[in-house]
Amino acid sequence: MIMDFFWAFVVGGAICVIGQLLLDIFKLTPAHVMSSFVVAGAVLDGFGLYDKLIEFAGAGATVPITSFGHSLLHGAMVQAEEHGFLGIAVGIFQLTSAGIASAILFGFIVALIFKPRG
Amino acid sequence: MITKENYKQSLKDYQPKPKYFRNCLKAFMVGGFICLIGQGLTFFYMEMFGFTSKEAGNPTVTTLILIAALLTGFGLYDKIGQFAGAGSAVPVTGFANSITSAALEHKSEGIVLGISTNMFKLAGSVIVFGTVAAYVVGVIRYTIQTLF
Repeated sequence: MIMDFFWAFVVGGAICVIGQLLLDIFKLTPAHVMSSFVVAGAVLDGFGLYDKLIEFAGAGATVPITSFGHSLLHGAMVQAEEHGFLGIAVGIFQLTSAGIASAILFGFIVALIFKPRG
Repeated sequence: MITKENYKQSLKDYQPKPKYFRNCLKAFMVGGFICLIGQGLTFFYMEMFGFTSKEAGNPTVTTLILIAALLTGFGLYDKIGQFAGAGSAVPVTGFANSITSAALEHKSEGIVLGISTNMFKLAGSVIVFGTVAAYVVGVIRYTIQTLF
């Protein structure tokens, strides 16, 4: 249990360090970094590597935005097994739906209630 | 003679150099801490509701998104972001923050034209690139699977 927390911290932190290096050295904007990370997550999952990282690091791999690309592909592949090429489009948002829906819902409610600052 | 090139070069001397190591350390600590909370939430949902570690992923992400949206509303997430850089942008909380802050920023333009149309101004790129990449990789992988 302690080791699970340790590896979640180290792997999650390391992914953020890669992002920070992209910001500082290659002068990318945060939007570019996030987009690249999502693509990287999908590509890594294409080779079956991201699941191994999740097994090893737990939330250290599921919390960074790279897992969004991984979940998109996973949902797509599950439906592709059943429905072929059409299934890819059917399943692509299946696993990420909770994240996107709650981000829209909470974002909307917060924007209604709070006043903009700064 | 000042050309475009040597002007850029001469400017470089006066621009502050980013503190690479310090920025990375901050990103590591904050990013790692957010994942640590995520791991705690995962264990919590596994213990309390009997989810498997995979099933616990969705409620964990949803909880983190709720926390990030609230912190953005209170104006705290931007302060964390100034300190942590990529440490707060890369976790899924950064995704929630980009949606909420874009919605808040345009609140004065109204609920439909302000909040709703601008909500995905920053987060849209993540969804577009993620979907396109997953689609392309998915088609390639499925083709290889069916052929061999």
